[in-house]
Amino acid sequence: MSGHDAEHVQKALKTYLMIGVSLLIFTGITVGANQFHFVVPVAITVALIIATIKGSMVASVFMHLNQEKRWIYGALVLTVFFFIVLMTLPLFFTLDNIGTAVKAIPAAAEHTGGH
Amino acid sequence: MDMNIPYTVEERPDTGLANGKLGIWLFLASEVMLFGALFSTYIILRVGATEWPHGELNIPLGAINTVILICSSVTMVMAWASLKMHQWGRHRMFLLITVVLAIVFLVNKYFEYAAHFATGEGPWHSTFLAVYFTMTGLHGLHIIGGVIVMLYFLGPGAKLYQKNPDQFTNRIEYTGLYWHFVDLVWIFLFPVLYLL
Repeated sequence: MSGHDAEHVQKALKTYLMIGVSLLIFTGITVGANQFHFVVPVAITVALIIATIKGSMVASVFMHLNQEKRWIYGALVLTVFFFIVLMTLPLFFTLDNIGTAVKAIPAAAEHTGGH
Repeated sequence: MDMNIPYTVEERPDTGLANGKLGIWLFLASEVMLFGALFSTYIILRVGATEWPHGELNIPLGAINTVILICSSVTMVMAWASLKMHQWGRHRMFLLITVVLAIVFLVNKYFEYAAHFATGEGPWHSTFLAVYFTMTGLHGLHIIGGVIVMLYFLGPGAKLYQKNPDQFTNRIEYTGLYWHFVDLVWIFLFPVLYLL
């Protein structure tokens, strides 16, 4: 955070407490939603959406990303880009069947045996 | 010759930032990639697995640890805000509470780990537990690192406040950024490992 004076920080104290309470409420929602036993894709989507909301609150308010300098944003844009690349890598492995070898073995063996 | 490290308090004209601020954000960017690699590995292993265990972890204890880390993030930002408002005593109190919460988190983690090892369920037991111990273990090391830094600022590092309060405040801000990042990682680790 840049250029914060005492008066500004004093006003922000209430915001910090409200964000803290919101994070606790969202944690309760996450655990509560788990009791509904959604099908796996829905459960993953719900859990990750809530986690993303919580993460955004921490990053924007506690880490003051809502009022940072452009050099920080520039570094983070690069980070987000490479993070997305990193998260996309498993998709390529899956498409390649490298990550699904265990499932593919019986089918492949049957296929080979038939010829 | 001036041997002082420049731009510890004042902002550099080119970046508009103190050097430490840009430095800690670049460090956190590298941390994102470190944990990102582990999350990516988790996805590969989970997608490739024929079955994935559920209910092996203690959800109430995991949820309590989430609450503890969130509270510690609030106390950390309060420790920094107190310095900005020139309230030294409140700063020390909030920083100490943050350390205590971090230690409680680690104690809970110890009990969780101990319960697994007592039944022979170490990282070698299954792919899931290997992922669990690797990710939470690395996160736990980050908690320990944060505790060491905070204890330093409660102890010998506190002297800097007398000499250069602005520089000390900046150091607490950077420590806070690191600590909030550690909290942020746990916010994703908890649902991914305990609930899904």
